[in-house]
Amino acid sequence: MAESTLRSGSAVVLTPGLWTRLNNNRNWLGFWFMLPAAAILVLFLTYPLGLGVWLSLTDASIGNPGKFIGILNFYEKECYGPDDCEIYGLFGDHVFWQSVWQTIFYTTFASVVKFAVGLYLALLLNNHLPFKALLRAVILLPFIVPTVLSALAFWWIYDAQFSIISWSLTKLGLIDQYIDFLGDPWNARWSLIFANIWRGVPFVAITLLAGLQTVPPSLYEAATLDGANRWQMFRHVTFPMLTPIIAVVMTFSVLFTFTDFQLIWAITRGGPANATHLMATLSYQRAILGGNMGEGAAISTAMIPFLLAAIMVSWFGLQRRKWQQGETDD
Amino acid sequence: MTEGAKQQARMRAKSAAAAAKASAKDDAEGMDFLMTRRTKWVTIYIPLSVIVFILLFPFYWMTLTALKPNAELLDMETTSPLWVAAPTLSHIFHVIFETDYPVWMWNTMMVSVVATFISLVASVLAAYAIVRIRYKGSQWVGGLIFLAYLVPPSILFIPLSVIVHAYGLFDTPMALILTYPTILIPFSTWLLMGYFKTIPYELEECALIDGASRTQILLKIVLPLAVPGLISAGIFSFTLCWNEFIYALTFISTTSNKTVPVAMLSEFVDGDIYRWGSLMAGALLGSLPVAILYSFFVEHYVSSMTGAVKE
Repeated sequence: MAESTLRSGSAVVLTPGLWTRLNNNRNWLGFWFMLPAAAILVLFLTYPLGLGVWLSLTDASIGNPGKFIGILNFYEKECYGPDDCEIYGLFGDHVFWQSVWQTIFYTTFASVVKFAVGLYLALLLNNHLPFKALLRAVILLPFIVPTVLSALAFWWIYDAQFSIISWSLTKLGLIDQYIDFLGDPWNARWSLIFANIWRGVPFVAITLLAGLQTVPPSLYEAATLDGANRWQMFRHVTFPMLTPIIAVVMTFSVLFTFTDFQLIWAITRGGPANATHLMATLSYQRAILGGNMGEGAAISTAMIPFLLAAIMVSWFGLQRRKWQQGETDD
Repeated sequence: MTEGAKQQARMRAKSAAAAAKASAKDDAEGMDFLMTRRTKWVTIYIPLSVIVFILLFPFYWMTLTALKPNAELLDMETTSPLWVAAPTLSHIFHVIFETDYPVWMWNTMMVSVVATFISLVASVLAAYAIVRIRYKGSQWVGGLIFLAYLVPPSILFIPLSVIVHAYGLFDTPMALILTYPTILIPFSTWLLMGYFKTIPYELEECALIDGASRTQILLKIVLPLAVPGLISAGIFSFTLCWNEFIYALTFISTTSNKTVPVAMLSEFVDGDIYRWGSLMAGALLGSLPVAILYSFFVEHYVSSMTGAVKE
């Protein structure tokens, strides 16, 4: 009697409806849960990424889907005579090359300084200070305020006529003439790099500070007992312990600096004489303002190898560190 | 005798308390006792003040300019430009009452809130599925999501503008509401995955045995425990939305549909020499919402920033 009820009960369990099975199956359940995120990411991230590469191989313009033209956006050689050849496309475009060098210079210099100052600030904050929490909150302000709005403040600080920096330096007797911050190519480049460093340092400092706080104090005590000085302690205790987090933070920092758009667009718009164009701002100017979607997309596509290189470098840096510390990669 | 013993006991207690205090202080200071006060001033306080001064000066300057009457703005000789002699609210009133600023503010707020909400819902589901349902290939999907985090908007805005035109979304808030999550979802999912991993499996197993479905487990057990993570992801996403510029610049053209950062740049910047006061007033007002939100949730914000990096 009891056995038969049990058996009939198990029979019901053995044949659940299709709907129940779909809801209980691990993979189907995972599929349903992933659906919203996957739909948005595929439609508005993966598809555009592919479409961007495709557009770079077409002569598309605004309102015109364009047709396939191969690599002509990148490289086109036209010969008018035996020794009279001109190179067109991005390859022969000196404004493009200028933007490439400017992007590399901007990224390298700003990242190195951001790292140095950020690490220094993190080490300073890692001491016992009064009002530490408040200080940390205040230091992050440049990072959370919308970039365009703080860029406007920098624009005003860099004003040719009313710059507060020029005014202070004149009052101190260091210069006689107001500095033309944004009118001269090199001044403009340095001004933008400074603004970028100003915005990026808090991010580097606060994330590295979080890393510093995970270093066990006993290591420092041991180093002190062994007679290490401050530099040796930094070099042989702090730095090795911090390397993994430095690799990640700097990858993000390099990526965001390399693809920077807001600061440049708000302060100089690529001027004077295209001197401060980064690849991102140049692609915006060519594609959206100039209407040459194909050419703009080609500039964006040209950024991808650089980004991949940056990711690879930090990734392998990270792997090496893991291997040295004897961790398995799981 | 009793008096003497009492005193002795009192003294012993006092010295014990002092010793405890000293040892606590020792623990807190770590190796700091090796530094004299003077070296502390030179190596810590002075460099720190210089850096903090540089980091905060642009905000001081922004606020000061917003409060200065025009005459003072353009006259750097008679009054010191570092202070304001006769503060005025006229720039701020001008921005609020004589421009479309409230409309832009509303647009930015609406787009940020809706995009953050959509991303949070999608991220919670995705993160839970990757960490706890662990369907086939979930490890791979986790890696792909991290990669998606590294794809910058600067290389997506051109093809996206084609897509936005094709779907008929150009110049509507929907264009921003649907594209912002591509920046937010990878980040939030990655962050929430870290939070979900810390919730003990046993809780979910108990619920499963009690007959709860996966959705019930997520809503009634996992989410309440992950509230700090949700707040962190929400705050960070909201500030990212408020800060977003390139999509808003590319996909929106009508003045009344613009967001604050874009409108500040396109509508306020004209040849007028007197524009600085209102420009800085606008920048100040636009920074306030995120700054206020941030001041309430500093800890969450910091943990979301560092959490995303640490994973």
